[in-house]
Amino acid sequence: MHAVVLLKQILDWELPPRKFRIDQETKRPPDGLAPTLLGPFEQNALELAIQLKEGGVVDRVTALLAGPQGAADALRKALAVRCDDAAHIVVEAPELHDPSQTAELLLAAIRRLDAPELVLAGRQAGDWDHGQVGHLVAERLRWPVLGLVWQVERNDGRLLAWRSGVSGSEQFAVRLPAVMTVTSHSSLRLRMGNVMDLMAANRKPITTWTPQELGLGPEELAAAGRLELADVWVPEVERHCELIEAEDPAEAVAALLDRLGELKLLERLA
Amino acid sequence: MIVAATWESGGLGQAGREVLGAAVRLGATLGDDVAFAALGTAAADAAAEAGGYGAARAFALEGDYAASGAEGAIAALAELARELGGRAVLLAADEQGGEIGPRLAERLSGTAVTHATDVEVADGRLLWTRPVFGGKAFAAVEALVEPVVATLRRGAFSSAETMGGAAAVETRQVPVTDGAVEFIGSEAPQTGVALEDAAVIVAGGGGLGSREAFAELEELAGLLGGAVGASLVAVDSGWAAPERQVGLTGKVVSPDLYFAIGISGASQHLAGIGGAKAVVAVNTDPDAPIFTAARLGVVMDWKRFLPVLIDELRRAAP
Repeated sequence: MHAVVLLKQILDWELPPRKFRIDQETKRPPDGLAPTLLGPFEQNALELAIQLKEGGVVDRVTALLAGPQGAADALRKALAVRCDDAAHIVVEAPELHDPSQTAELLLAAIRRLDAPELVLAGRQAGDWDHGQVGHLVAERLRWPVLGLVWQVERNDGRLLAWRSGVSGSEQFAVRLPAVMTVTSHSSLRLRMGNVMDLMAANRKPITTWTPQELGLGPEELAAAGRLELADVWVPEVERHCELIEAEDPAEAVAALLDRLGELKLLERLA
Repeated sequence: MIVAATWESGGLGQAGREVLGAAVRLGATLGDDVAFAALGTAAADAAAEAGGYGAARAFALEGDYAASGAEGAIAALAELARELGGRAVLLAADEQGGEIGPRLAERLSGTAVTHATDVEVADGRLLWTRPVFGGKAFAAVEALVEPVVATLRRGAFSSAETMGGAAAVETRQVPVTDGAVEFIGSEAPQTGVALEDAAVIVAGGGGLGSREAFAELEELAGLLGGAVGASLVAVDSGWAAPERQVGLTGKVVSPDLYFAIGISGASQHLAGIGGAKAVVAVNTDPDAPIFTAARLGVVMDWKRFLPVLIDELRRAAP
């Protein structure tokens, strides 16, 4: 079975809030604010894809990414952890706010790949945080989809998947072909590629497409548009934390309980 | 028509009141009626109650939704929204809402807006506010194609107010789906107080360092009649179950009191605790962002602080 994992390169999500800025002209973080990295949930999806290959559930993994030229780094990383192929839809980042347009681009590329039966996506890209692309791709392919998955095995021609539900873990059987969105899990931390694999990855060819080559010119992309970004802003954070000044734990606990009582925050202890 | 839909069992729950509240206010602004749909195996009571909160029509969409993943709910809501000519369908932004929203929008040839925290109407256009970049910023978005299917962040919209009375409930059965996604089973569901309903939450983060440390949080939570929460780092490290995660990609909570123990306060975590009345942060780093969200802070190693706090509370307990 051929699996496709959808990747996205995003602004370093660990950039502290006090350093985060938005350029009002572009409604985006200014260029060079922080490095861009393979998104955290995309890392989980990639790790799951590789585990499925090692476990014999899939025999081939293609990493597919839409993003600017520099985002090819994420595809090199995917090749270094032994994805078999990589494909890049070269599109400048401002085009990728709208999940419907992103899904349309990815879909056009998926249709050109060799009969994939499983598409893995991160649960949400850590920049715009829509959490829609995997679901839209599934719906447009008319494939079933299961979200927030963290473990998958093969079972009688179907996939057996564990997902995070409202009140705990749930197991579903999913008919193929299918889409799954992947959530973070302790078992899905992306491995590091070794030096030999990294070197080999740098020599591997990456298939590239422009949106036009996928049949999606400006008009087609505009027609796929669903969401207009009207404004983006960074909220003002006021610090009004009252620090309990005490070196000794017993003093600190007493002072905290006093303040909680005065503020009527611990009624039953007041 | 504005359609509000939530999972209910028994009376109208908190999520239902919030989503209905948002729908009633939006309907009043736009001059649209509101329909409420309760989904679940025992949805009729909540549907009837919704009439007293401003819903003009009430539906109980009854069935075993778990059996098909989100598919049954999507099919049922798509049918209802088409029939009612819904301009917007509002859902709760939880695990189920996240599964349903984008696909329901697609089937209605509309637009999904996820995790909305506000909606404004300007010249008849709807502008939705939602967190972006892991909660570091907010964006206002407009749907280019209606209907809109919006998932609403818990605690961001005020609850509907009761006006008394009840609506006649129209009951429908969940459509049969093709079985492409089939429920097999679940791990024993969490016991104790659900995070979303807890008045006190004791949450731990990367600073805790081990699964064993969470046992101490359990003890503190027990003494306070609260629930245990965890940061993404703690969940990814395997120290706490995923359903315990608080934050943008976990639960959005609104307790009276939120203890953040060894949590640095990444934006994505802070995005889940904005509804807390008061946050108490215990962290060794005085510059940790958690202190920007805290009412009271203790700059100390939790290992020194927590045992003393637990002892003190145990002494005070009746």
